[in-house]
Amino acid sequence: MKRRSFLLFPLVLPSVRLLAAPSTSSRFLLVFLRGGYDAASVLIPHSSEFYFQARPNIAVPADAAIKLDAEWALHPALRESIYPLWLRGEALFVPFAGTHELSRSHFQTQDTIELGQPLDASRGYDSGFMGRLAAVLGASRPVVFSSQLPVAFRGPLPEDAKPVATIPIGSPRLKPPAVDARQQALISEMYRDTPLAAAVSEGFAVREGVVRDLGEMRDMSAEMQAASRDAVNPRGFELQAKRIARLMQGEFNLGFVDVGGWDTHAGQGDIATGYLARRVNELGRGLSAFAEGMGSAWRDTVVVVISEFGRTFRENGNRGTDHGHGSVYWVLGGAVKGQRVVGEQVRVSQGTLFQDRDYPVLNEYRELLAGLLARAYGLDAAQIARVFPSVSPKDVALL
Amino acid sequence: MAKNILVWGALALLAACVNVPQRVEREPLPAIAWPDDSRATQLLVLNRVSFGPNHASLKEIESLGTGAYLARQLRPAAEPRLPAEVQAYIDSLTISQRSAADLSRYLEQRRREFGDLAPDERKGARQVFQRELTRIARESTARMLLRALYSPDQLQEEMTWFWMNHFSVYHGGFKMQVLVGDYEERAIRPHALGRFRDLLGAVAHHPAMLTYLDNWRNAVNRVNENYARELMELHTLGVKGGYTQADVQQLARVLTAFHVRDGEYRFYPKLHDWGEKTLLGRTIRGRGEAELDEALDLLAAHPSTARFIARKLAVQFVADDPPEAVVERMARAFRSSDGDIAATLRAMFESPELRASLGGKFKDPVHYLVSAARLSTDEPMIGRDGVERMVIALQLTGQLLNGRPTPDGYPLTGTEWSSPGQLAARFDVARAVAYRRPARVSQELVAPLSDSTRGTLSKASDAREWNLLLLSSPEFMRR
Repeated sequence: MKRRSFLLFPLVLPSVRLLAAPSTSSRFLLVFLRGGYDAASVLIPHSSEFYFQARPNIAVPADAAIKLDAEWALHPALRESIYPLWLRGEALFVPFAGTHELSRSHFQTQDTIELGQPLDASRGYDSGFMGRLAAVLGASRPVVFSSQLPVAFRGPLPEDAKPVATIPIGSPRLKPPAVDARQQALISEMYRDTPLAAAVSEGFAVREGVVRDLGEMRDMSAEMQAASRDAVNPRGFELQAKRIARLMQGEFNLGFVDVGGWDTHAGQGDIATGYLARRVNELGRGLSAFAEGMGSAWRDTVVVVISEFGRTFRENGNRGTDHGHGSVYWVLGGAVKGQRVVGEQVRVSQGTLFQDRDYPVLNEYRELLAGLLARAYGLDAAQIARVFPSVSPKDVALL
Repeated sequence: MAKNILVWGALALLAACVNVPQRVEREPLPAIAWPDDSRATQLLVLNRVSFGPNHASLKEIESLGTGAYLARQLRPAAEPRLPAEVQAYIDSLTISQRSAADLSRYLEQRRREFGDLAPDERKGARQVFQRELTRIARESTARMLLRALYSPDQLQEEMTWFWMNHFSVYHGGFKMQVLVGDYEERAIRPHALGRFRDLLGAVAHHPAMLTYLDNWRNAVNRVNENYARELMELHTLGVKGGYTQADVQQLARVLTAFHVRDGEYRFYPKLHDWGEKTLLGRTIRGRGEAELDEALDLLAAHPSTARFIARKLAVQFVADDPPEAVVERMARAFRSSDGDIAATLRAMFESPELRASLGGKFKDPVHYLVSAARLSTDEPMIGRDGVERMVIALQLTGQLLNGRPTPDGYPLTGTEWSSPGQLAARFDVARAVAYRRPARVSQELVAPLSDSTRGTLSKASDAREWNLLLLSSPEFMRR
């Protein structure tokens, strides 16, 4: 088993990777929280008096939050899920993370992050950073756990590579294709000389494969809820995360999933049963289930949780928060140097807010992810430059 | 009711029975100059400006000529004109029989009654209630599909879909589920080919939008920016249209107290911010409801809005990345006509870029599904075995009306709908539609096919499989 070698040489592993050509045993899952999650409710600056003043109705009470260090604490909804990972050293957080782009528009900022280009260059929509990463890695097997290809995964792949698989992981009816094998062949034949040729045959093949793989998880499919959206509804996210683990243990090694429902302009709710607490709880349980489901491959897996922006630091008039700026990113994985809150930081006070409104961005996401991917895959400077053009990787030793 | 009215087959017999009322004529617009009246081009035009050709629309474009047909599409009859069976089915829907306000009050009342039930009864009652709500929310998709299938005023239906998507709302949650049908009927449809400013005003005063983007909570000293931001970013100026965060905050103040009560718009003077505002450099004097009219006038007349709307229409009707020349011509028409939507579309129809682009747009799921159904049958597909199945097909391919959770609406470009998984789902739909029809679909409705496609079609083992391969062909994916 692979696991044995990892257990014997856990500390040697990262440096070995640095010397090698792009590592193909590594697995990477990007979790995109669409809607701009309220980061200050998840990683709580518990030593900041200003936090409690700015959020008289929605602050997570200091005595309820799980203290991680002198400055930061975790939302209690993560006690059974992410906190154990933290204690095992398999989770870390990067506050004040994000893009410098300032539109405060969900869609513009999501596009910016997914494209991963420098802000001063004119924007090109041809490729996203996950697509470029897949191209650099060559032998990777990219997958999106929704039916729609996200901007992050756009871009040309090597000629012999399969297209990015798209699997509607939340769908209650993952069935084999309705057309039989002969008809699949006839349909594929009609597309042979068209740009959609690979997508058509891949669509059939992935559906067959997914149904086969997940068919072994019958206990779960019975519980699946009818979640018909593209962004995975976090209420069903735990079950979906188990499916994702099943598929990423196998051939797929570069994954993307988006989770919606974070645009909490009103009624974020209490810490036990409120709207946001339930979302956070479901997300945490999902990621914990994913870690468990990966089995021995967790050792070689990195999960990064990001969102387009943070929210206003002060609560608004409706016990919610509006579009803000800096966020908090999560990094999880068996080889992560966890139990830390890392990156550039400032003490949270009114004076350190960006535009007297939001968390500042002190850890630019491209620099951060470049440093992380360089370590995870042993990419050299030229390879990193293809993924994130004109970036200086920031290596905060996440792995 | 005879069972064969509900099934898709046997169209030839039934087509004759479908009773289409006579067109209520309005003053026709002058015909659009169109150089080519060949059958092949007319099929391409129907594919592009309608939900796909059927026998009735082909007959109409042939008898009128392409230019006069397009002009007539720009000025539809005041009321949707549908086959009697279809209209009767629509009339029987809950959303046709009860107003949104009435429905809101009735359902609110029923929800309150749960409190009186014993806990073990409550769960069952709640499930029944939930099913009822879902059924009501799905009725709007069914109604939309039926009109797209059978209305001769196809552009009216296209544009209603387009604006529902532009001013997108989501049918999640109790309040929204009862409002979306009314939203389409009263705010969007009457203005779909009218003035953009009227459309914008109707949306801004409809409880669906005010609820969806949280404005019903927006009040003085309790400001919520959500609607203000999307109103400029998604509905009018576009994200690079020249507004700032300060403008968002000012517009949010203008919007204070535009609330909802019992499923209807209501302005609450005491919750309004009566101070002076500055929006896009203009001072708006605090005076209540008229402030929003002034702000919407400003936004609708802004050059960025003309461009933003013109480009989006061109993405829908010309190409994923439309030529600059056609966008500019449409934006100019929008500005010089005071935001007249039909005039803007007319400028597009008159453009050589549109003619050159025919057949090149990849269909989104709704165009795919409806065009496949229009091709396969002329009979009214009502009831559980017809339109309700189509609603499910649309759900599985990810494009229910009002089913987009985020306010940006569904994407209009082909790359967003052609991933491997989406194509696999589309072939499932192709099979479902194709296998309900025992005879080959009418070839006169099919634009010319490539040699390769015809070669594969010749291998079909029977008529149903032939239909499947036709509906799965690269040509049929495009419009």
